This record gives sequence, C-alpha cells and structure tokens, in this order.
Amino acid sequence: MAIFQLVVNGKKQQVDVAPDTPLLWVLRDHLQLPGTKYGCGIAQCGACTVHLDGTAVRACSLPVSNVGDKKVTTIEGLSKNGDHPLQQAWIEHDVPQCGYCQAGQIMNAAALLNKNSKPTDEEIAEAMNGNICRCGTYLRIKAAIKTAASKLG
Amino acid sequence: MTLIKTTYNRRSFFRTTALAGGGMMLGFSWLASCRPTPEQVKNMPKEWFNINAFLKIGDNGVVTIMSPNPEIGQNVKTAMPMIVAEELDVNWDDVVVEQAGLDTEKFTRQLAGGSQSIRQGWQSLRMAGATARAMLLAAAAQRLQVPVEELSTDAGVIKHEKSGQTLKYGEVASAAASVEVPEEVALKDPKDFKIIGTSRKNVDGPKIVRGEPLFGLDIYREGMLVAMIEHPPAFGMKLKSVDATEAKAMPGIKDVITIKSYPDGVERQWSDVNAFPELVAVVGNSTWEVMKAKKALKVEWEAAETLESSEDHEAELTRLLQQKPAKPARRDGNPEAAFRRAAQVIERTYSAPFLAHNPMEPMNFFAHVTPEKAELVGPVQTPEFLRKTVAAVLGMDEGQVSIMLTRMGGGFGRRLYGHFGVEAARISQQMQAPVKLVYTREDDMTQGTYRPAYKVMYRAALDGQGKLIGWHVRGAGVHGSPLFHNRFPAGAVDNYLVENHSLNSNISTGAWRAPRSNFIAFAEQSFLDEVAKAAGKDPIDFRLALFHRAIQNPVGKENDYDAKRYAGVLQLVRDKSGWGKEMPGVHRGVSAYFCHNSYVAQVVDVAMKDNQPTIQKVWCAVDCGIVVNPGSALNQIEGGIVDGIGHAMYSGLSFKAGKPDQSNFNTYRLIRHKEAPPEIETFFVDNGIDPTGLGEPSLPPIAAAVANAMAQATGERLYHQPFMVKTLTLEREIRSI
Ligand code: FES
Ligand code: FES
Repeated sequence: MAIFQLVVNGKKQQVDVAPDTPLLWVLRDHLQLPGTKYGCGIAQCGACTVHLDGTAVRACSLPVSNVGDKKVTTIEGLSKNGDHPLQQAWIEHDVPQCGYCQAGQIMNAAALLNKNSKPTDEEIAEAMNGNICRCGTYLRIKAAIKTAASKLG
Repeated sequence: MTLIKTTYNRRSFFRTTALAGGGMMLGFSWLASCRPTPEQVKNMPKEWFNINAFLKIGDNGVVTIMSPNPEIGQNVKTAMPMIVAEELDVNWDDVVVEQAGLDTEKFTRQLAGGSQSIRQGWQSLRMAGATARAMLLAAAAQRLQVPVEELSTDAGVIKHEKSGQTLKYGEVASAAASVEVPEEVALKDPKDFKIIGTSRKNVDGPKIVRGEPLFGLDIYREGMLVAMIEHPPAFGMKLKSVDATEAKAMPGIKDVITIKSYPDGVERQWSDVNAFPELVAVVGNSTWEVMKAKKALKVEWEAAETLESSEDHEAELTRLLQQKPAKPARRDGNPEAAFRRAAQVIERTYSAPFLAHNPMEPMNFFAHVTPEKAELVGPVQTPEFLRKTVAAVLGMDEGQVSIMLTRMGGGFGRRLYGHFGVEAARISQQMQAPVKLVYTREDDMTQGTYRPAYKVMYRAALDGQGKLIGWHVRGAGVHGSPLFHNRFPAGAVDNYLVENHSLNSNISTGAWRAPRSNFIAFAEQSFLDEVAKAAGKDPIDFRLALFHRAIQNPVGKENDYDAKRYAGVLQLVRDKSGWGKEMPGVHRGVSAYFCHNSYVAQVVDVAMKDNQPTIQKVWCAVDCGIVVNPGSALNQIEGGIVDGIGHAMYSGLSFKAGKPDQSNFNTYRLIRHKEAPPEIETFFVDNGIDPTGLGEPSLPPIAAAVANAMAQATGERLYHQPFMVKTLTLEREIRSI
C-alpha cells in the first residue's frame, strides 16, 4: 500500500492503495465516483474513459502510480451543473439506450472536441472507434457530437 | 371509447401520507438545469396520495408513476408511465417516474424479455391511469356537488363546464384515495391520445449523462464486501481442489470459499440455466484486491463430461443435415413430388456460430443475507423467478426475500438467467456480510448462456414459369433447431416441408435478442433472394406474390403471421426507398421478417469504396401497431439494425475442448463506430393496432438485407456468419499511458 495524492475534478484527494491499482478502481471503490464504468479492463471498450489534463485515457489500464500530478477529470466533473454542451446534446438527441457506455463516450468526445472543435464525420468515427456501444447508438452519438461542436464553435 | 372491467384487488388501495423526500426524484420538465433548483425542490409535494399500485398524486398535482418492468435499455421506464399518464390525463411535465421493485401482488409479469413489456402491459397500464382518473372525478363530483358526467379533465385539471369551476388533481387527490374503486372504466379513443405517439425523452437521460449511480455495479453500501467467482475454464469441467493459501494472504482479502449455487434437490426455474453450479469465490474489501487474489488462486479442475470443440459441433450439425428426421415439423401437399417435377431446384446451406450476449455492464448482484431475510439488489430481467430460487436455495419463504431492480447496462437476453443473483446470495450467506458480486468481462464472456450455433439447409423447387412449387428446409442447432415451421413461407407454398434436428451439448445456451429469428431470418431471406433471381423475378415482387397467395388462398390453417401486414411493410420500404430506380454505383438488397408480433422490412444500399463493399444507408419499414414513444422507438430500431449488422459481420464465439477461444473484446469482435451504417431511415405503418414488440424485430432481417446487397455489389453470396473473419486491429486506439 502507498499514499497517493490526486487531483480529481478539481478536488485534492488522498488514497492509500497498492500502486498497481488502476485509476478506474480508485475512482469507483475509494473515491465513490462510480460514473466511470468498467467494461473490459484491457483498454478495448472505452467505458472507463477519463481525462488526464484534458486528454482521454482508459482508466482501467492506468495504474494510480502513473497519474502523477496530472489533473483527473471524470464524468462527474466534466461540467459543474451537468450541462457541458455534449451532455446537453446527448439529452437533445436522446442518445442513451441502456446508458452504460455513455459516460465513456461523452468523455472521449469531450477530449476530441478539446483538440478539434470542428471534427468531420470521419474524424469523429476515427476518434470514437475505441468506444464500444453494445446497444448500437453510434448514429446518435455522432449526431450529438456534431450538435455540441456547432454550439461550441 | 372502450369500457373495460377493472381487475384490481381492493386491497391494493390504501390511503397514505408517506412523505417522499423532497427533491430526490426529478421530473423531466426539470431537465434543462439538470440539478433541482431550490424552486423545483419547493415544487415537490408535501404529501403523496397513493391512488393505486401504479401511481400516487401529490397535493400539488405532481404525479409519481411506477414503471413496473426491468429497464434494460429498451426504454420501458419512459414508455410504460407514458401510457398511464395518457389515461390519467395529466401533463407529462408533472410526471415523475420511479422504478418499482418486485411485487407480484401488485403487478403482473415484471419481466423484460421477448419484446413483450409494452404489448402485455398495454391494457393494465391504461386501466391504472383510467381508474385513477375516474376516482379523481368521483371525488371532484362530490366536492362540487355536481353529477360526475358533467365533469371533464384536461392536463391534470378537472373542469365543470356549466359552472366554470375547476379543481386541480392535487386538490382532490386526498379524497380520491379513499373513493371506492370503480368496477368499470372508460379508455380513451386512440385518436384522442396526447402523450402516446409523441416523442418523450428517456427519463433517466440526465442521470446517465452526469454519470450518476444507476446500475447494479454502482451499488455501494457501508461495510459491503466485494466478491468475484472463479468458474471452470471449460464446459464439461468441474472443481477438483483449490489451494487458496497465497490468495488469502493477500492484502484486503477476507476469505476464499467454495459455494454450491444450486445444491442438489433444489428445484430450478426455467431461468436457472447455468453450467457451473459449484464455484470458488474470492471475497475482499475492494475490486482490485479481489481481482488480484483471483489470479493468485491455484485451482485444479477435472473433466466430468465431454469437452466439446467447435469442429465437433460443425461436423455433427453437418451430419444431422444429411439425415431425415423421424417426423417432420410440418408437411403440406407432396413436397417430394414437387421436387421431382421441378424445372429448377436450388439448394443452399447457411450457418452461424455461438454468440455471447456481452452487455456492456458485466453480470453482478448485491445480496445481504441474514438469518431473518435476504435483500437482493441488481440487474435481472426475471426477478420473480430469481426470488423463487433464492428462497429455495437459502431455505427461506419467498416473503423473506426482497428484490430491488437497478437499471441494467444492457441485457439482450443474458440477464434472463439470474444465477449470478443466486451466487451473490450464497456468498453473502456464507460470509455473513453484505456482498456485491462482480464478474470480470472474462467471467462474463466465458460462462454465458450463449446464442447456439446453427446450420440449416434450404431447397426450393421452381416450375418452368419460375413459380415456387416446393419448399424444403432442414434445420439443426445446438439445443434445438432454429426453424419456426408455421412462419412464412408456410401458407404460401403448396408443397412445404420443415424438418428439425437438435444437437445436445453441455455448453449452456439461452435466449439471445430475437431468439432463433436472429439467425433464421438471415438464412431464409438470403435464400429467397437467390430463388427470386433463379425465377427471373424482382426480389420484392417475388415475395409479394407469395404474400398474395397466402392472403387469397392460404395453404393450411396454422400460419403464424398476417400476410397483409407483412406485405404492407414490404410495399412501404419499396416505395420509400425508391426500389427499382436506377442508382449508379449503389447496390441494393432487401429483406423482411416477422417476429415478436411486429413486421419489419429493410433495404440496404451498398457502394464500393476502396474496393470494399460499404453500407451507405439502411431503409426500414416497421409495423408494430401504435408507436408509444416514436423517438425512442427509432432508437431501438436503429440499435437493432446496428446490432444485427455487427453480429452478422464480425462476431462469433468458438470452443476448443470446452474452452471458449474468446474472452474479451480484443478477441471477440463487436461492431464499432466506423462500421455502423452512416444513415438509417425508418418509417412506421400507422394502423392504430395495439402496440407490439420493438426491442427485437429490427434485428433479424438486417443480415440478409446486407448479404443480398453485398451479393449485388460483389457477385458473391454470403452463407456463413460472421461474414468478415478478421482479428481485431484498432488503429490508433487511445491507450493509457
Ligand atoms: S474498461 Fe477500460 S477500456 Fe474497457
Ligand atoms: S447505450 Fe448501452 S452500451 Fe451504449
């Protein structure tokens, strides 16, 4: 066990866990932030996507010891009132079916828009390809990202 | 207007002053700001009055409607309350939706499966709303001292036209709660619907996009332990011995135990399909600690039965297809004679592999078992059956077992089989502690209740004019044939023969989104395409001629479909897609299927892109009766299409010596963003018929529409799923540092 100081959603946090504990389980089990989901544990599905200094990473495959002083943002902290343009667009397009993958989809899309505020359809598909939606909501996800991008721009 | 008898038990009505915690639930009119403002919290009622099992009305007119059925992403949590609200005649913005727990006294069929929630709930949901409205009217009539016939309602307000007096529902809710339940109530005429038929957003949408805890895996309780199971690595194996010394000594580990989830002598329900009744369980403080300890286990397994491989299944199914079964499932006319005099005989064989369900949320369940009672919480499609089994396994009365439902991260049939709930209860009982059982993705994928492997052979006899005079199909599958002998083209061909074979196996199989239809629609509709071609006919005209025959002069009596509605969707998709028009560079395929009481026809447009056939657009026509919530219906249909394309193109589970070759998404290929069709356009038949299934019917036909379009584009027919056997290579996967 070891002590780690983290900044999660703008808040300083301290956890005492094994250094190889993936950030995903630190968030879910130790910081009571269950919005970040477990889907595969091997960086294949994107359900666990969070931001490290604004860049999308797969929290299931990131040991807490590698986080360092980078700022962690989870779905719970993406926006103050749950009203990030992507969150609004997701509701506008009524994207979710079961909803389980959607936090990861939104976080991945937010990182995409951080880097590229006007992505083309191809760029969206490319950037989102690591996020599986078993319910098949891909078309609506794409539409919602475009709506959010147009509002951001 | 229809009058119906109410079927309520007087007992389920009682007056209550139970105060719900202000602001804990959100109506969806309040979504815009996502979190309740002080204003909205103030708008929560001070008192709630239970009118019946489905709804309670607050003193300020806010209505809480219970959604009785499990929510697996089919959006019944929005659609079912919409039906109640319609008959109650309230403003949808004043409605708050709550998920009901398992309560067999109050609700019937709290089960999600077979696309039946709305179809079977339709009457009782309407009755719940209409009865409550009648009781509110009776209370208002008394208050105003006017005859009830002179009252009308609109959006939660009762009006007395003559005197101009009005009363809000909230003002008479208290009195209504003690009004005698009427024996008969009137239902609205569908043309007067104000909520049904309009698009209403998912009631859990705001919580989902904010990442609020909704799912079974998100359950957290003070003092709760985390448990994981280790199951035999191969079907046909069982536990021999376990050495847990190392695992038990690891940090955070409480214990390693073996459990019998289904002890001998316990009666199993149909939902208790499970190949591994004896398991090793690792229990500890946190998920990662338990995961690590699980890897440190030293378990010896032994073969107790045959260890089957996919090659064995393939060989056995092929052998079965060469055999004539003792008895046909259906036989009309004289098929043998028809094939003898045929001008042309076409014969084709189709196959598909096992599939895992792979809902995004792996199996899990929370259980807290004490000597007095068992409290279970989690995602299961069959709570009623789970309660029966848990009671039997724990030696309790059913009354001592409670089951609360969480939102489910997908089901597709997997959560019909609730063995994980039983396992959680067993572990909690032995540990004497509240426990959350969590499956890893690997656990989930390698101990499934899979869609079984199928193989089927079709033969068609055409006469000199290209008329279909004989039809013969022989199907074989693991744990049963995929064929439905009374479905189309039964009734449309004079000489018709269906034969079934079943292959036994120790691999557990079960319902997978649109069971059997998910494969057989592909085979049948691909085959028809080739038959139409051989007959020199347009594939839609060819099918319509068969429907025409089934309408005019059906063969036999037991034909399980309505040929008019079937033809209707085909005509609709033909007209909307502009079928038959010359479209340079576009190759088209068509397919239609009927299952779960709904009819779907699809046209797929394929174009060659970089020498690869690529789907451009899917056109879809649906007849599912009244569409309760069109926006979400479209979402379901699109999802079914993407799902159907994905599994036909990319997915499959194979076995070597009883062991699944795939265990996670690096080897089991699911459809991804880039492969989804860029456009899907859906059209509904508007016929006012009572609503039927939506969660499944769009999936079965799509594989054939794709295969038929691909054949147009490439000249090559696709007979075996998955069409694209490729290993997963994710270029530019965003990896963790
Ligand atoms: S859980 Fe991390 S990518 Fe699947
Ligand atoms: S909405 Fe169910 S997995 Fe995406």
